[in-house]
Amino acid sequence: MADFEIKDVFRETRVFTSRSIVIGILMLVLMGILLTRLFYLQVIEYDRYSTLSKKNRISVVPRSPVRGLIFDRNGVPLAKNIPSYTLEVVPDQVSDMDNLLDEIGQLVKLSEYDLKLFRRDVKRHARFDTIILRSQLTDQEAARFAVNRYRFEGVELRARLERNYPMNESAAHVVGYVGRISSRDLEKIDKSLYRGLNFLGKTGIESYYEDVLRGEIGFDQIETNAHGREVRTISSTPSVPGKNIYLTIDSQLQLIAEQALGDYRGAIVAIKPDTGEILAFASTPSFDPNAFVYGISSADYSALRDSLDTPLLNRALRGRYAPGSTIKPFMGMLGLKAGISTDKKTFCPGYYTLNKGGHRFRCWKHSGHGAMDLHDAVVQSCDVYFYDLAHHLGIDEMHDSLSLFGFGSKTGIDLSGESAALMPSRQWKRGARDLPWYPGETVIAGIGQGFVLATPLQLASATATLANKGQRMKPHLLLAEEDPLTAEKKLNSPVVLSSEEWNSDDLEFVKQAMVDVTDSARGTARRIGAGSPYKIAAKTGTAQVIGIKQNERYIESEVSIRHRDHALFIAYAPAENPQIAVAVIAENGGHGGSTAGPMAKKVMDYYLLGKKPEKKKKPS
Amino acid sequence: MSDKKWLSIDWALFTGLFTLSVVSMFVLYSAGDQNTGLLTRQSIRMALAFVVMFAIARIKPEQLLRWTPYLYAAGLIMLVIVLGVGVIGKGAQRWIDLGFVRFQPAEMMKLAVPMMVAWVMVKKPLPARLPTVILGFIVVAIPAALVIKQPDLGTAILIAGSGLVVIFLAGMSWQIIGILAGIVAAAAPLGWYMIHDYQRQRILTLFDPWSDPLGAGYHTIQSAIAVGSGGLYGKGWLNGSQSQLDFIPERSTDFIFAVFSEEFGFIGSLLLLLVYLFVVGRSLYIAIEAKDSYTRLLCGSLAVTFAIYVFVNIGMVTGILPIVGVPLPLISYGGTSMVSLMAGFGILMSAYSNRWFMR
Repeated sequence: MADFEIKDVFRETRVFTSRSIVIGILMLVLMGILLTRLFYLQVIEYDRYSTLSKKNRISVVPRSPVRGLIFDRNGVPLAKNIPSYTLEVVPDQVSDMDNLLDEIGQLVKLSEYDLKLFRRDVKRHARFDTIILRSQLTDQEAARFAVNRYRFEGVELRARLERNYPMNESAAHVVGYVGRISSRDLEKIDKSLYRGLNFLGKTGIESYYEDVLRGEIGFDQIETNAHGREVRTISSTPSVPGKNIYLTIDSQLQLIAEQALGDYRGAIVAIKPDTGEILAFASTPSFDPNAFVYGISSADYSALRDSLDTPLLNRALRGRYAPGSTIKPFMGMLGLKAGISTDKKTFCPGYYTLNKGGHRFRCWKHSGHGAMDLHDAVVQSCDVYFYDLAHHLGIDEMHDSLSLFGFGSKTGIDLSGESAALMPSRQWKRGARDLPWYPGETVIAGIGQGFVLATPLQLASATATLANKGQRMKPHLLLAEEDPLTAEKKLNSPVVLSSEEWNSDDLEFVKQAMVDVTDSARGTARRIGAGSPYKIAAKTGTAQVIGIKQNERYIESEVSIRHRDHALFIAYAPAENPQIAVAVIAENGGHGGSTAGPMAKKVMDYYLLGKKPEKKKKPS
Repeated sequence: MSDKKWLSIDWALFTGLFTLSVVSMFVLYSAGDQNTGLLTRQSIRMALAFVVMFAIARIKPEQLLRWTPYLYAAGLIMLVIVLGVGVIGKGAQRWIDLGFVRFQPAEMMKLAVPMMVAWVMVKKPLPARLPTVILGFIVVAIPAALVIKQPDLGTAILIAGSGLVVIFLAGMSWQIIGILAGIVAAAAPLGWYMIHDYQRQRILTLFDPWSDPLGAGYHTIQSAIAVGSGGLYGKGWLNGSQSQLDFIPERSTDFIFAVFSEEFGFIGSLLLLLVYLFVVGRSLYIAIEAKDSYTRLLCGSLAVTFAIYVFVNIGMVTGILPIVGVPLPLISYGGTSMVSLMAGFGILMSAYSNRWFMR
């Protein structure tokens, strides 16, 4: 630049400083404006905005979806929704909670328990959440409150759909129940899926298929009046109802199974062998799931939980029982696979020893069966034959081959909490017990005692696998999902778990032996086979509950009831074209043949012949 | 000398900035539905922004002066590119995507424009005379026009503001200021017809938000309710019903002050404003202490721009200014604006380390 000018540093500084002061004053003015505005909004106009905020004229209200229904395979409802009045409170809109509760208490009965639950929920939720104070109001209570409703700001009378289980105790372990969302649930769930919902599935199918049954929340933008009540809906995103579920269970068959068990603690599982569909899944004693919906009182809950009969336990799914002699047909398959001749005979003197003068493993028939081949050993349930067979196979071979029938692993049924029970091996004992395997333990494993444990579900599934010629189908309870809007059904297709090629002659041989259990003069379940129009392939079992000392005899009448043997029974029928496989366990039932067998027969009779048991009342 | 130190920063200013970052974390946790993912992303950005600040703090003011024209030119080119892409994409296009990072050239101009204006101003002795002032206006007008085209009126105003503040600080005579003010007043009706419909609507609803409570007035009303219902002490952290119940739109970004104010009340808002005032005051002090006119003008502009952000954002949330997309500096959720802000504070830190009476 041509016109060069000298810079006066001090002048420049002065200019800047004076302008900075102007700016600084301007900043303070702007800050003053903001503070004035804030003071105006937050202090002077506080009451107005506070009111506006509490009764915000436009609010977004979640619309809860209708939970999907649960039906049995024939469309009989197992879980439904029935309308019920509830009293709901928004704590943020209540000025004097104690007073409010007092006054409501004069119109509507509020129990100590209602109040306790309510106070707990108030603490757990945000102040502006809606909290249930009382549910299941009677019509009179609802009417009385409705007349007085203007007195109670922040309290709403709502008609909600309440979960109801029309079969009550029947199939309670399978269907499960819903309950209030607890603080522990809150940690696990995605809260955005549960806005405005108070319940979720806690156990059984209700819990396993929670995502299917729940549906999707909708939202309404609503305008409310000065009392916070809805005036009109501005816009709405409708909720999507949950899907209905059809179970593979036949509710009549289920009832018959439960009635067959009667007062015994135990379980009956019935499976369709070619698909793995569970037809009945009974566990007794049971409980009434309806009690859990609105929260069971802690006294009632402890009574259920601490009962010696453990009614809350799903025995069919989680009960671990020694399979006893019901393991013998499977052992037979193992023996034939290992090449043992069907003519090979083992002499039964009433006991078995590994070496001369050693421990005597007793046969249940103390006088001994004499010379036994495999067929007779199954039919008459000779222990000595299977002691010997097990000893020859070895525990590891037993572990590997019995696994092909599903022993020792979870079946993968669509219920949570399934037990894998136990099929022992050398490796297992080293890992779990840090002990070597003893030959004697193999011997008693051969008759389903010792370490061997199975759930009733596993036994039924293994029986079904035998009936289905070695193809193991995954046991399942879901038959179909149904979209309630379109009535479109999506069927659940069967899943093959494993497919072992067993020799068909071997299968035929074991089947014949099992048929002769019910259909021959010496069969342990001949009473069941007598007069049956269809052939039953079966095996009885009696599992010891307490150990019997050497040289001591087990006398049923002398041991207390809870120490009596468990009665077991497995069967499939008709033998030539199996439609149903059943496993029965009656705790402390004594003999499998006399106690558990007839129970299985009742189930099969109804399923195959439509015949209902005679003595029982017909369920409507 | 300061350049021997590894970190050249002003601890007072740093403390102010850090306090704001911490406040941001708490408010974001509440505003974002207690979403820790949001918080994690914001803390990463914040850490990055602080690193940028420390890096720029090590650049000497003389160096910045040398780079200024290139930076400004690069910014203009990118604005033109973005505008071209936006025309093709038939919508507002503000981002440049480099694959690993996306940024808005307009954000860069928030620094480049005051730098360039200061560069022009110090070519001649201060106070600036008319030819220099006119040149300064041209430097401001070109990028502002390009940003308006995007269209992003809010950012354009802020960019123009940051440049004009430099001219004002350079001592533009009060006569010129008076004449300009007259022209603006006369042109205002004309401007009314030039702006977009939605912009006009925002200004109208400012005067009467209740005329359309569910439409244009919704933001203004709901955020005023949130702030007002906070009262003197606030509803408590995580307990703002307006905020938690989704009444406030964009509550993690532009409307985050509504959440803060509802939950911490007038007292909380006062304290927050005092922290902002402290940051602005300290920045102005650093500007006055700076060793040459270029640094002084630039730092002064940065301090004022920061103050304008705060004022515009809170003014908008409390309903005294129309709704423009200006985040609350250092507290709103968002990346680019935070990095450019912290880059500005890096310049201030550098100015402080190289100040007039530095020993």
